[in-house]
Amino acid sequence: MRDFEYEAPTSLGGALAVLSKGTAKTMAGGTDLIDQVRMGRHAPDVIVDIKKIPELNVLQHDASGLRLGAAVPCYKIYGHCGIVSDYSALADSCRIIGGIQIQSRASVGGNMCNAGPAADSTPAVIALGGVCVIAGPKGTRELPAEAFCVGPGKNALQPDELLVEIKFPARAAHSGSHYRRFIPRNEMDIAVVGVAASVVLDDSGQKFVSARIALGAVAPTPLLAQAASESLAGQPVNESSIAKAAELARSIAKPIDDMRGTAEYRVHLVGVLTQRVITAAVARARGENIGHAH
Amino acid sequence: MTTAPKPKYKVIGTRPIRHDGADKVTGRAKYGADIKLSGMLYAAMLRSPHAHANIKKIDTSKAEKLPGVRAVVTSKDIPEQGDRIVELGEGAVNMRHLASNVLAREKVNYRGHAVAAVAADNIHIAEEACKLIEVEYEVLAPVMDVIEAMKPGALVINPDVKDENGKPTNVAKTFCFEKGDVAKGFAAADVVIEKEFRTATVHQGYIEPHNATVHWNNDGKVTVWMSTQGTFSARQQTAELHRIPISDVKVIPMEIGGGFGGKISVYLPPVAAALSKKTGKPVKLVMDRAAVFEATGPTPGSVMKVKIGAKKDGSLVAGEAWVAFEAGGYPGSPIGMGCMCVFACYDIPNAKVDGFDVCVNRPRTNAYRAPGSTQVAFAVESIIDEICEKLKLDPIEFRLKNGSQEGTRRVDGPVFPRIGMKETVQAIKDSDHWRQPLNGKNRGRGVATGFWFNCGLKSAASATVNPDGTVSLLEGSTDIGGSRTAIAMQLAETLGIKAEEVKPSVVDTDSVGYTDVTGGSRVTFATGIAAIEAGKDIINQLKERAAIIWECDAGQVRYEDGSVHGPKGVSLTFKQLADKLHHTGGAVIGRGTSSEATQGGAFGTHAVDVEVDPETGKVTILRYTVAQDAGTAIHPSYVEGQFTGGAVQGIGWALNEEYWYDTNGTMRNSTYLDYRIPTCYDLPKIETIIVEVPDPQHPFGVRGVGEVPIVPPPAAIANAIHQAIGVRMTELPMSPPRVMKAILSK
Amino acid sequence: MAKKRVVTTKINGDTVEFLCEPRQTLLEVLRNTLDLTGAKEGCSNGNCGACTVLMNGRPVDSCLVLGVEAEGAEIKTIEGVACGTHLDEVQSAFLENAALQCGICTPGFIMQTEALLAENASPTEEQIRFYLAGNLCRCTGYDKIVQAVQSAATKRQSGCGTTACCH
Repeated sequence: MRDFEYEAPTSLGGALAVLSKGTAKTMAGGTDLIDQVRMGRHAPDVIVDIKKIPELNVLQHDASGLRLGAAVPCYKIYGHCGIVSDYSALADSCRIIGGIQIQSRASVGGNMCNAGPAADSTPAVIALGGVCVIAGPKGTRELPAEAFCVGPGKNALQPDELLVEIKFPARAAHSGSHYRRFIPRNEMDIAVVGVAASVVLDDSGQKFVSARIALGAVAPTPLLAQAASESLAGQPVNESSIAKAAELARSIAKPIDDMRGTAEYRVHLVGVLTQRVITAAVARARGENIGHAH
Repeated sequence: MTTAPKPKYKVIGTRPIRHDGADKVTGRAKYGADIKLSGMLYAAMLRSPHAHANIKKIDTSKAEKLPGVRAVVTSKDIPEQGDRIVELGEGAVNMRHLASNVLAREKVNYRGHAVAAVAADNIHIAEEACKLIEVEYEVLAPVMDVIEAMKPGALVINPDVKDENGKPTNVAKTFCFEKGDVAKGFAAADVVIEKEFRTATVHQGYIEPHNATVHWNNDGKVTVWMSTQGTFSARQQTAELHRIPISDVKVIPMEIGGGFGGKISVYLPPVAAALSKKTGKPVKLVMDRAAVFEATGPTPGSVMKVKIGAKKDGSLVAGEAWVAFEAGGYPGSPIGMGCMCVFACYDIPNAKVDGFDVCVNRPRTNAYRAPGSTQVAFAVESIIDEICEKLKLDPIEFRLKNGSQEGTRRVDGPVFPRIGMKETVQAIKDSDHWRQPLNGKNRGRGVATGFWFNCGLKSAASATVNPDGTVSLLEGSTDIGGSRTAIAMQLAETLGIKAEEVKPSVVDTDSVGYTDVTGGSRVTFATGIAAIEAGKDIINQLKERAAIIWECDAGQVRYEDGSVHGPKGVSLTFKQLADKLHHTGGAVIGRGTSSEATQGGAFGTHAVDVEVDPETGKVTILRYTVAQDAGTAIHPSYVEGQFTGGAVQGIGWALNEEYWYDTNGTMRNSTYLDYRIPTCYDLPKIETIIVEVPDPQHPFGVRGVGEVPIVPPPAAIANAIHQAIGVRMTELPMSPPRVMKAILSK
Repeated sequence: MAKKRVVTTKINGDTVEFLCEPRQTLLEVLRNTLDLTGAKEGCSNGNCGACTVLMNGRPVDSCLVLGVEAEGAEIKTIEGVACGTHLDEVQSAFLENAALQCGICTPGFIMQTEALLAENASPTEEQIRFYLAGNLCRCTGYDKIVQAVQSAATKRQSGCGTTACCH
């Protein structure tokens, strides 16, 4: 592996100071980064381990919502009852990122910063209305999750900035969410397509109040399927409204052919998965227990 | 199930804890990469980024100057081989091709082809130095597809491979086998099915990467520590490549982390030897996972056209097959074996097989569990299923009617001795799985049968009686799946002692007689015979020792049930006599070899239930049963382990595994992430039925069990998919996109 | 070149100090520096689980951990599972159930099983298969591994395991 220095600052200020000098890469769980450095995809002079910074380890869930530090590993996320019940899509995605060993280290913040088009947690974060809190030399800024990834392997951070946490709004009444991906095996694969949906129903549970649908692995970045999401608002919960949303989601999918699937097949899967994911999110919104449903 | 009354064995058929068990569950067992020698250097390899290119120039000067670098080698450091063909255990090898595969000479023939190697003080320096080696390539168009490679005018990969007219060609070898009158046979058929099939290149996928640590001593003697399926084969290949006497090379077997046929060819020892020769220090060379995929021998992808005809009453009348295998960058795919396997499961009076070994710009292929048989079984067993469908015949009854049995002549000539093909079909018919109805939408059940020859070849063993009544057994077969114990059990049975009282060791090439590779499902059979012979030799010597004690003639001493019995009712147990050996002439060392015995062939029949997701094309295995003829199961747990392990490799091959190349001939999925071998979460329990039709050619009736179980799965699953959703898949893998496409174009 | 760091950590209960470059993975340190070669390198990218060790009680792929990250951590490797000459329940269950063939994946599977049983003392077959999905075995087809885990869980629950002394 390439030669690099290692810093493990214990404060946000300390981390920003290191980032301000030269080519640095931040590392949370390192499950992507270490392999990427080994393969030569990144050539940092210094690796900044951010796991010792308190702000990046925040995991706070209350009436105002959820604050998720960028370095919190997956196992703590799906092991958190509040997240499992109120931010189910996030727990769904964390439960299937790599194997259990990977989940001991990998974080949602790292998954987002890695900016893989097929990242599992990013669609879930987008669907749940996550907002990225970014620290830099000039202070803090916020960015909606759907604007965080800007290209394959590229995120919206400046070289001297750091993703600190992701904030989520409080769960609405009669709401539910789900993330599901399609993979050829049952575990240990990269999503061929991933879909997350968060829906809010009316009191009767028969009508959509609003929805957010996000897609992974169908474009250079994970996408918020805006038209598909909006199409559900005010519609009755039935096959035709869900099918229409799925059709709109398909229309924005612009995938590529690669070893994981053909473009044609991926577009087809967007339709299939979107229907299944909305249906599962609706079930959760109605208080049904659908288990892990992966 | 047993077909014949079985002799009463004391050890055979029991399930002792394996002798190397404690080492393997505590992390103490030393595998190839675990070795550390004083002064050892670490090496790395530079590999070709191109699938096909001429090497114009290699400049290693910058690498040599990097601090910590001790030596750099290229093909210049491996002697010229000329046009030698050498017999290397599992077939004849063109030494120039072997040498070029180990370190590329004028050309690189596949991406990942080794070009140069560096030894340095640590692995990071060695890797950095590799990046400093400058290679000037003249990039050529890659020839990736077997059919394209066969076309006249195709770019020829190996100019020294020529057809009968002396013209360079990619078709390195052709085979033709024929029996009966094929035209007449088809004319008599009521139904004829003809189809083309394709299978992808797949890899053995052993978890342990290739490794070798070599020390070229000052006296010219070379010691190799490595994990290999065959120490003697590795010794010979290393010696031949360096053109030194084989006795100058000693191969010390380390524990081996899987092989499945892929750890017979050498890749690293000759290179590490060259680096050690230059530095005078031991050099360790270990592949990374990408190199394992890109630069070791997977099993060939194939194109097959198969035609089979049957009469209304269900009797097979004729078969014809055209089979082309990708050899990879150098000739040598298992096409010959594939051709012999095509129709081996059936008694077909008229048949013809044409086979072609075709060079393409992919890694040079190698053996993988029943090499060649899985590909052809996919084609033949799919067509048999379709014939049954057309004739409305039960696929089990069809196999019971047409299956091979003792006396059936294979298309390539040999006549089967006692075999258990039909018994495995009957076992599936009688199984709980087959008798339970399968209900539910998009679900289907399939069945398929597979064959493998199983070979005998050569083995040697020696065994020393210890004073405490135990026996130390030395053998040359590297133990990949518990064979130490299976061999020790046969010696124990012969001597009438306990399995635990035999202490087996796998030893180096200076410490035991010549032993062929751990492959061909041969070890339990042939090394077993060698151990039995060693046991008989011990018994003869013990009779003589007892005769000395009892002052009688050795002819008056019997050996029975672990005791010697003399005149007038005197007797001594093995243990009692062992304690007296020092006073009767010293050590008793038994020796045994096996070289003439051949195996009768093994068959397995598999049943599978699948469910197909009609919206995604994903196939889920719901239930799976393996029935296979093991002859006599020595250690049933490890026999079952071979059945389940082989079946799961076959399931991976069937559903997801494939080399995925881009248009430049670069494999894009050379990681375990994207080369998708099954995880335990993809599978149900694999049920096993051990069928025992003893092979008369082995004293205890052993048939090798390692290879057959990989053969039936792709066909069985394809047949199940057809029953589930009505489409016949003719290309492997039957991955979700491919199944989805078939559903949509139904 | 980056300066070597002194790392102080606890491995299998013992305090250990080692020197390492930042670019060395924990796996490399364990195997090459500390001669703990039980953890195996199968893929170097977290897909095979052969290098699984426990770090602060959690299973991790040691090929994707830097050696320097071990500072202040508690590491448990396959070498620390048995107690003296006694195998623990998981190890003996793997032997009794013939849950290994070539054995290269076995240390990783045993470490992952230790983590599973610490988290869930009586897992279902589905839970076992899910938890072990990050460990590849190419020899066994997994059946006997799953049986071994079930049998280890039963043994440990009934308290008839062979060890309880050092942990």
